[in-house]
Amino acid sequence: MAECGASGSGSSGDSLDKSITLPPDEIFRNLENAKRFAIDIGGSLTKLAYYSTVQHKVAKVRSFDHSGKDTEQDHEPPYEISVQEEVTARLHFVKFENTYIEACLDFIKDHLVNTETKVIQATGGGAYKFKDLIEEKLQLKVDKEDVMTCLIKGCNFVLKNIPHEAFVYQKDSDPEFRFQTNHPNIFPYLLVNIGSGVSIVKVETEDRFEWIGGSSIGGGTFWGLGALLTKTKKFDELLQLASRGQHTNVDMLVQDIYGGAHETLGLSGNLIASSFGKSATADQEFSKEDMAKSLLHMISNDIGQLACLYARLHCLDRVYFGGFFIRGHPVTMRTITYSINFFSKGEVQALFLRHEGYLGAIGAFLKGAEQDNPNQYSWGENYAGSSGLMSSSPELCPTQRARSGTFDLLEMDRLERPLVNLPLLLDPSSYVPDTVDLTDDALARKYWLTCFEEALDGVVKRAVASQPGSVDAAERAEKFRQKYWNKLQTLRHQPFAYGTLTVRSLLDTREHCLNEFNFPDPYSKVKQKDNGVALKCFQRVVSALDALDWEERQLALVKGLLAGNVFDWGAKAVSDVLESDPQFGFEEAKKKLQERPWLVDSYGKWLQRLKGPPHKCALIFADNSGVDVILGVFPFVRELLSRGTEVILACNSGPALNDVTYSESLIVAERIAAMDPVIHSALREERLLLVQTGSSSPCLDLSRLDKGLAVLVRERGADLVVIEGMGRAVHTNYHAALCCESLKLAVIKNSWLAERLGGQLFSVIFKYEVPAE
Amino acid sequence: MGAGWLAAPMERHGRAAATSASSAREPVPGGPDGRRREPLRRRANSASAPAVGASASASPSAEGVRRDRPGSYSGATSASRQRVESLKKKRPLFPWFGLDIGGTLVKLVYFEPKDITAEEEEEEVESLKSIRKYLTSNVAYGSTGIRDVHLELKDLTLCGRKGNLHFIRFPTHDMPAFIQMGRDKNFSSLHTVFCATGGGAYKFEQDFLTIGDLQLCKLDELDCLIKGILYIDSVGFNGRSQCYYFENPADCEKCQKLPFDLKNPYPLLLVNIGSGVSILAVYSKDNYKRVTGTSLGGGTFFGLCCLLTGCTTFEEALEMASRGDSTKVDKLVRDIYGGDYERFGLPGWAVASSFGNMMSKEKREAVSKEDLARATLITITNNIGSIARMCALNENINQVVFVGNFLRINTIAMRLLAYALDYWSKGQLKALFSEHEGYFGAVGALLELLKIP
Repeated sequence: MAECGASGSGSSGDSLDKSITLPPDEIFRNLENAKRFAIDIGGSLTKLAYYSTVQHKVAKVRSFDHSGKDTEQDHEPPYEISVQEEVTARLHFVKFENTYIEACLDFIKDHLVNTETKVIQATGGGAYKFKDLIEEKLQLKVDKEDVMTCLIKGCNFVLKNIPHEAFVYQKDSDPEFRFQTNHPNIFPYLLVNIGSGVSIVKVETEDRFEWIGGSSIGGGTFWGLGALLTKTKKFDELLQLASRGQHTNVDMLVQDIYGGAHETLGLSGNLIASSFGKSATADQEFSKEDMAKSLLHMISNDIGQLACLYARLHCLDRVYFGGFFIRGHPVTMRTITYSINFFSKGEVQALFLRHEGYLGAIGAFLKGAEQDNPNQYSWGENYAGSSGLMSSSPELCPTQRARSGTFDLLEMDRLERPLVNLPLLLDPSSYVPDTVDLTDDALARKYWLTCFEEALDGVVKRAVASQPGSVDAAERAEKFRQKYWNKLQTLRHQPFAYGTLTVRSLLDTREHCLNEFNFPDPYSKVKQKDNGVALKCFQRVVSALDALDWEERQLALVKGLLAGNVFDWGAKAVSDVLESDPQFGFEEAKKKLQERPWLVDSYGKWLQRLKGPPHKCALIFADNSGVDVILGVFPFVRELLSRGTEVILACNSGPALNDVTYSESLIVAERIAAMDPVIHSALREERLLLVQTGSSSPCLDLSRLDKGLAVLVRERGADLVVIEGMGRAVHTNYHAALCCESLKLAVIKNSWLAERLGGQLFSVIFKYEVPAE
Repeated sequence: MGAGWLAAPMERHGRAAATSASSAREPVPGGPDGRRREPLRRRANSASAPAVGASASASPSAEGVRRDRPGSYSGATSASRQRVESLKKKRPLFPWFGLDIGGTLVKLVYFEPKDITAEEEEEEVESLKSIRKYLTSNVAYGSTGIRDVHLELKDLTLCGRKGNLHFIRFPTHDMPAFIQMGRDKNFSSLHTVFCATGGGAYKFEQDFLTIGDLQLCKLDELDCLIKGILYIDSVGFNGRSQCYYFENPADCEKCQKLPFDLKNPYPLLLVNIGSGVSILAVYSKDNYKRVTGTSLGGGTFFGLCCLLTGCTTFEEALEMASRGDSTKVDKLVRDIYGGDYERFGLPGWAVASSFGNMMSKEKREAVSKEDLARATLITITNNIGSIARMCALNENINQVVFVGNFLRINTIAMRLLAYALDYWSKGQLKALFSEHEGYFGAVGALLELLKIP
């Protein structure tokens, strides 16, 4: 990563070293389009935030203009694809040591070409100190923002927008981090910021928060008193001393006062009765390590106790800890966690944040960007551009020390549309999209990481093939390979780097990396071809279905859904077949399917239900382009419509593998409507509605869906949710509990997963669930 | 260890030690026989249930103690009239002691009967007389034992006897010397019961037995503390009020120590600041709970002062603190914000970060030991005030009594507690103090001996 010639330390922030060289495309990415800046200068670290736009190539689909043509030619594709430039908004955050501030400002000045802004929002203790330097270097006016306001704005932002932002710290477990699912309502919560002192803030809404208390015994006390006691000047070194020390040599414990009797009294003899109680003597020397440890315990316990008292007084159980005392230091997270557990008797959990260090910068930025209403958008962490959480535990990450001298990055993409919970989730606060937590499940983690590594060559090949006209496609594809390969290696060692590791996060990371190197839709041509082929078969398939009697037809429809699902370029087993035999047909796919009874088979219950009254409205999440959506989903939709059920068909907003996108689905529906009166009238009468999910993932997170979709679901009173495909119904949502009927169907196209589920390749999952009364 | 708390007994130390091996096992001539020692043991055992500051509920042990009251066992061997008299009135034999063995200090209260008749005096055994004379005619014992003469309660009536209550303290690390003295003074021959509380009652129990041939009656420290406070408050302070508070605590000129009438004591938040801190919510004489505690107490103040300044006594630490300036050491709100932090209503003078200025090398070099001592005192005191205030809020209690030896001769801390509580609670909470700040546990132990409810 960044080569920093200076081995500077943060101790004297004034001695600036200009000799560092910064690889611009690695650190201050996308700076030339930067529009707005904010900076948070802390005691030792500077966090720079800038808002920039990213030009992306996107594949757009458009219907051919058929006017003047009577019939279409057989060889003609169903629609045209054009690659266009699209501008999206991105937030960049860069964290570096104060030592580099001058060099960084110089670099920014040199690369700042397009900005129109005249001010830079600044926060943090150092904002004042560096005000003149910033104004002189950047020619921007420094606008000072309140530290706590920024912190809380930033905290709200990450809690709302970054899944798995919060975690609990568990010492001695692997991994040490246990991520929390985002609660749909993040308020109210308590933020305990441990900087040089401690501020305890109760946050009730986006704009309402209150300083309810604090303590002067904080990070500054550890550092200042520690420096006096041990003659060790640096904070990090003090922490290191502490991690090696024995506090029992300095502290007076209960057992020191009670002797051995504490055992018979049922007391924990190890409780500290008096911090530094043993040092009240003139004739004994104490080791630096022991004193540092005692000091760490004293301060952590004190903060934990106060936090618990405040949490209790205000009836809050969510307490987030931040500030430089905490910042990724396992030692302090450990002692604070211990203290909170002790004093709250387990009623309060100490929560930490992945992007804790960025809160002030994010908040300062948001303050300055209020006219852009950044809070009206949803944002997503860009896995390709973000450094991820590092373990600073020496056993887990021996390179951490060296790394502290480099740069840490966070990138957030502004999503086109705001994302909300699916209103049909039974309990949004306990919903976990992912079926397997790979952070936890080491065996599964190994398998999937290897699986993604092995699939990488194919993805690279496909990416290159998708842009035959591009001269640098091969070069970019190679860069993509490097980037994604490195991510996978990072995740092997630090599976917690981006929150809970899941198959979904691995897939999403791959999509982010592909986008990063301008491969917006490697499957666009494949999808186009598949859709064309499938459309031609539509009428034949529908007539065949119509010829069946009712009961036969229901089974055939379900088989069609499942067979269509076999056509999935995402699954390695299938892409092998498809690659070698493109003519692999629908009928053949059906033959591949497992015979009933399926691995999970509640078809009988479903059939019984169909004999009852029609559903009011079905929400269907479609999976693949081509056979799947056209010959599987649409005939199924058609049957539901005929029963009098309205249908909301939800497709991805952006491309992911060969999944059908919303814009593709519009064209497909239009083409089918031209052939089929049922679909035609349903579209016209808005009994069939096509919507976008807001997602560009092969998986499905029902807690982050397009707001329009959620509104529609509520308006139409959807009472059936159909989720198809391995990504959406098995890797995610397999255990999702909804408050209405649901149908989850998929073909297991991965032998390892099939085996895990107790089946074989091409085993069928047909899970029909009715919520308990 | 220091020089030991009794100079005279220390001189005899060697001799006593030479005979200790035999005396530990063999009954000392005239000492208790097996029959009488037996009930003592049983009683001691019954008091061994959990009963300490760190435990949440301490009542079970108190029950145990109450069931077997001291004095209810004694089958006298030598029929002295005093004993018969005592037994008739269910009064324990003299001497009457209450002992509280803390982590740092041992607190001893001694009742000196002043209504001894000539007859009684004649019959008084030599060792008893010698103890009385020794304790009451000295104000210091050895190099570390001190009698707080100013606290002496005069003309007190206890169990029908009139006398003076003496308050004596010495460091816990001199406990072995104290036990040795007990042995040398032949305490065991007095058949007296040692009612003791504090963790040391457990820690030193075996030493009392093997070295001093003395059986301790171990008592719950929180029970004793509350009992002691309520009793001492009820008897007053030689005609004056026991309880007091500070008016205008932050103003050097106008600050006044004023008596407080604790006529409605309940509910009461009791903050006992010894080496560590225990905080109790007291709802009635027998109904209280331990709310919480903190390890940042008097021991932390003194311990850190020793490390930072090289001082050797609590008095020295306080004396240094009185001359120091903590604002050189601490980072104040105004150091960060230039003045008040209005967004959060924080005054500029408030400490933002204790020792926060010591992060800077230049400032570390510019502070004196006195400044550091002062900052340590302010840090610990503010923190105790803060925790106490939160507990008072959580428990919905508005009077807070601070006791414990951390407050001894510590006007800086008391005034700061008074001010901090008043300021941060906007006048809702009142900080109260008590003249006998550190002795309540010992008094409670004495009351247990005398079965005074």
